[in-house]
Amino acid sequence: MVWANDIIQGILLGGLYALFAAGLALVFGVMKLVNLAHGDFGILAAYISLVLVGMLNINPFYTLILVMIIMAVFGYLIQRGLFNFAMDAGPMQAILATFGIAIIIQNLLLEGFTANSKGLDAGRIENEFIRISGQVVIGWFPLITLLTSVVVLFSLQLFLGRTRMGRAFRATADNQRAAQLMGIDNRHLYGMAMALALAVVAIGGVFIGIRTTFTPSAGPFRLIFAYEAVIIGGLGSLWGTLVGGIVLGIAQVLGDHIHQGWGMLAGHLVFLAILAFRPQGLFAKQVQ
Amino acid sequence: MAAPVKVERYTRTSRIALPVAAVIVIAAATVPAWGSSALMKQSVTFLTLVALAQMWNLLAGYAGLVSVGQQAYVGIGAYTLWVFAEKFGVNPFLCVPIAGLVAAAFSVPTAGLAFRLRGGYFAVGTWVIAEVYRLLITQISWLGGGSGVSINSAGKIERATREAVVYWWALGVAIGAIVLVYLLLRSRRGLALTAIRDDETGARGLGVNVFRSKLWVYIIAAFGTGMTGAVIYLNLLRAQPEAAFSLQWSALMIFAVVIGGLGTIEGPIVGAVIFFALQQFLAGYGTWYLILIGVLAAGVVVFAQRGLWGSIVRRWPIDLFPVRRRLCLETVCFLEESPRQSAEEPGRLTAGGLAPPEEPPAD
Repeated sequence: MVWANDIIQGILLGGLYALFAAGLALVFGVMKLVNLAHGDFGILAAYISLVLVGMLNINPFYTLILVMIIMAVFGYLIQRGLFNFAMDAGPMQAILATFGIAIIIQNLLLEGFTANSKGLDAGRIENEFIRISGQVVIGWFPLITLLTSVVVLFSLQLFLGRTRMGRAFRATADNQRAAQLMGIDNRHLYGMAMALALAVVAIGGVFIGIRTTFTPSAGPFRLIFAYEAVIIGGLGSLWGTLVGGIVLGIAQVLGDHIHQGWGMLAGHLVFLAILAFRPQGLFAKQVQ
Repeated sequence: MAAPVKVERYTRTSRIALPVAAVIVIAAATVPAWGSSALMKQSVTFLTLVALAQMWNLLAGYAGLVSVGQQAYVGIGAYTLWVFAEKFGVNPFLCVPIAGLVAAAFSVPTAGLAFRLRGGYFAVGTWVIAEVYRLLITQISWLGGGSGVSINSAGKIERATREAVVYWWALGVAIGAIVLVYLLLRSRRGLALTAIRDDETGARGLGVNVFRSKLWVYIIAAFGTGMTGAVIYLNLLRAQPEAAFSLQWSALMIFAVVIGGLGTIEGPIVGAVIFFALQQFLAGYGTWYLILIGVLAAGVVVFAQRGLWGSIVRRWPIDLFPVRRRLCLETVCFLEESPRQSAEEPGRLTAGGLAPPEEPPAD
């Protein structure tokens, strides 16, 4: 039963990873850009929530909408102001530009908020849980996180499949030049994709802040986990990011159970094993 | 009789540059005789930055391998130094080349996994593998675990001697990195690398073994980075997994190369000078220097892709390390088309023979 509990906790953790991985996969799918600042954007969102909580004295849950809007606007602006030009310069330049932004965000947060760890206090919900049996306990907040990620992925799928803009996203993902010939303004579209990705990662960032503490240098770890979830799940598969996140989550929880401190290592090793034996990921290319 | 045609590589500036560089190197080698302890420590920081930047430039600028995981080899270099000096009793100064070899040995399995990924995914993949190395060391108590290790045997050596030898090693890895890249690019494999940089598919079509060329570059870069890591930690004398495998090392090399100019030998040197100068100038302002350098690098990579050295070269044709070939007919020399120029503008027609489309006849 202890193991069953571990697996359940891992699945719940996977929901959190999927919230970070979905935006990463979306941006890569639409514009073939690996955003090295993705994790830092999430942590930035957590800090924005922290500031809003301090200013308005409200529960961090209520800041969520505002943080998502701020991050979406920020994403649109940085895509149109910098990343679009970087992508024009070449794929290598684009990666390096996102790396530069990652380092800038980390150090700006360090200057603004010091290296001390911060947390978001969501009140009672953090400690409420459902007891299934003696050793199997499901926390309400991790459950909400997982459900949120499912809702987010489902909404993204509906958006991509059913809306006009979603169709433009898929067209651009398939063939950017042909899509442009059909009248799609790819610069605006890339801006919208980044806006959407950062709105989603904002949820992830705020949830991270509620679940645990965070520091300015927490971003790279978030990026790495999101990236591992994407690769494990299979490049280009939206639901694959959730499966990848869950596999990663289970590996980490089990690793930590076997030996304190082995969790992260176990996650990385599962990722490397996938890379070695099934580099296309668990799910082949499906959605995009 | 055909006109005498020969292929030249030296330019006028490079003929002047060589003796000048020799004088600078000799002068730099005498620093321990007259320089202060602080000057030597600063110089080690600068020279190791030059070496790291050269190695990263070799990877990204010539083999197109954007790695953000080269801190793995800085860390492996540091820990190899410690293991051989403290556990096996080897003279710490002799551990530097050993560190390079160990880093190169680790780079082979690393490449085996990371080379399955392309572009940005390769970048993050190398980073994950660097994290794995860091976590492994944190978990192994024989290697000091998370709290780190001290290189005591080096600390026991008389200070003046130690500082002088560390300085010479730093000078050695900096010069060595430059010479290594220069010689590599002038070799047959260098020609293959230049071809890959310009057009990977085209190079493959001409019979270049792209995978093997990239693998060689990756191993060589790991070797150089590992040696440099050992020199850095001979200077610092204390290594922790967090710091030795820190992403900051990647930030250092990437920013220096990008600001100076990707894909040139001079660029990383210029970039290292700028990075180091800003770092010293803004030393009292926390990490603002890194923010400023990050902004500069992001700006340069987008709006002046050739970096500062590239901008200088565009105005004045200086070639201090000539690796390109020029075709000379009697006294006139033709420089081959600058490869970076064509690489910058993919898919754009440059053939001079194409006439502009004719205006449609007016009714």
